[in-house]
Amino acid sequence: MKPEQTWIFWLPFYTLLQKEVRRFLRVASQTLVTPVVTASLYLFIFGATLGERISVLEGFSYAQFVIPGLILMGVVNNSFANVASSLFMSRYLGNIVDLLVTPVSPAQFIMAYTLAAMLRGLAVGLVVCLISTLFAPLPWAHPLAALAMAALASFLFAQFGIIAAIHADNFDSLSMYTNFIILPLIYLGGVFYPISILSPFWAGLSHLNPLFFMIDGFRHALLGVGDLPFAVSFGAVAGLALALFLWAASLIRRSVRLRN
Amino acid sequence: MIVPALDIRRLHKNYDGLAAVRDLSFSIAEGEIFALLGPNGAGKSTTINMIAGVTRIGRGEINVFGHDNQRDYRLTRRLVGVMHQEIVIDNFFTIDQALKFHAGYYGVADDPVWRTTLIERLGLEPHLHKVMIKLSGGMKRRFMVAKALIHKPRLLILDEPTAGVDVELRHTLWEFVREINREGTTVLLTTHYLEEAQQMCGRVGIMHHGELLALEKTATLLQRLGTRRLSVRLRRRLAELPAELAHLGAELDDDGLGLRLTLPANRPVGDLLELLTHLGLAIDDLETESAGLEEVFLQLTGKRPREGRR
Repeated sequence: MKPEQTWIFWLPFYTLLQKEVRRFLRVASQTLVTPVVTASLYLFIFGATLGERISVLEGFSYAQFVIPGLILMGVVNNSFANVASSLFMSRYLGNIVDLLVTPVSPAQFIMAYTLAAMLRGLAVGLVVCLISTLFAPLPWAHPLAALAMAALASFLFAQFGIIAAIHADNFDSLSMYTNFIILPLIYLGGVFYPISILSPFWAGLSHLNPLFFMIDGFRHALLGVGDLPFAVSFGAVAGLALALFLWAASLIRRSVRLRN
Repeated sequence: MIVPALDIRRLHKNYDGLAAVRDLSFSIAEGEIFALLGPNGAGKSTTINMIAGVTRIGRGEINVFGHDNQRDYRLTRRLVGVMHQEIVIDNFFTIDQALKFHAGYYGVADDPVWRTTLIERLGLEPHLHKVMIKLSGGMKRRFMVAKALIHKPRLLILDEPTAGVDVELRHTLWEFVREINREGTTVLLTTHYLEEAQQMCGRVGIMHHGELLALEKTATLLQRLGTRRLSVRLRRRLAELPAELAHLGAELDDDGLGLRLTLPANRPVGDLLELLTHLGLAIDDLETESAGLEEVFLQLTGKRPREGRR
């Protein structure tokens, strides 16, 4: 056996990315179909039934109002779930050592997990978006801004997924992140109602919710109107995404709870 | 200057204030098959995990083919292939997919010829497209050997590779390890089966409580610390054991014809024959049996290889 001497610098990243994408495609019914069905049910309830009796934003149907939030909900939930479950399972089952013994660098590790999570999140968002056209047309005021906000939100929740997967001790504590942090933030972040209809106290409190900035920015990009200027929403989300990225990068670089 | 395949200097590791590895130093020359032996909890796996990069180094230095495994980790990890003691698999994928992924993690382009060689030599072919969860324990171990070798490492580390595997796999595995060693791969292994270490390894290190108690050529160690059991059948019945033989620790059988004693491996049998002749005892038959590493191990650690700390 002659030792191989030709090393391909980018191959560890590409391989890990490929493995992560294949992992979620292998269980597509769970990782892609289920979230799309859930979002479709929301679309049906708020688009075809209740939506016709509710109006919260002048000039737009309730379905048009709620669709951006539902798309983004699919994006962030699935971005988080992809990296959180994959990385936590690797830690839990011990097969993370398969990566720890290889030359995969911390940067390649984060990039691969993040990109795979974003691909799943954005794929779910895209399908929900396509299905939503059956219920209400969207004006697509600023499509590139919408794409940028969806990608940024996806990136942010991928970082959050890495952090959760590293800190979780068991499956219960991992589900706490979803049930007690992400879900309340989504529901209270303005998916189903505009923050402007809240009393000043609750509206002020909502401004502490990062999901509000994501949803408002994304809705602004799609409908052309929002509670805040798009730049403010995008800047706030970008700032938080950077902070979480630095946190996740620090955990991976120091191999916190990965190496003894 | 000849660069060792592995050079460990003053390695130390604590877990919760307890030293798992203490001031460990040894080198392995390129091309060697070296065994690290010790009872459970001796620090063998901790040492291996520090070499492989799974466990952080407490203190000390590890160099792989002259490269520091902390500073030049990307290079040294490419040079090392490791098969862990615990079964480590990803249940989502098939053997074929996992082997391709593993080569990619090392930055090595898939080499179908080498991959096929590993698959064939380790008998993985019939199970190539099964997901891991459907494989038997033995098949998972075979896969782990293939995984450790898929990027053609120059140093192969096998941590208890034959623990809980059947005779056929043990035979296949050791035969394959010898073959790749002949082709230039250095091998570091740990095993509880000391006869395997005795047969496979030119040198052994014996660890206990995180320290290295012995580090020698296997033959030298056996010569220095091993023993030889002798059974002598006398031509004439003895009423009682002569004092000279009792002094050597000999025992006389009830029939007065059988004599049994244990001599250090480095003491020639001729000495005993001379003594028997001197005592006028004619010999009908003589059997000798050399005790192996197990005896040496027991002598050094006070434990059988499978016994742990507690």
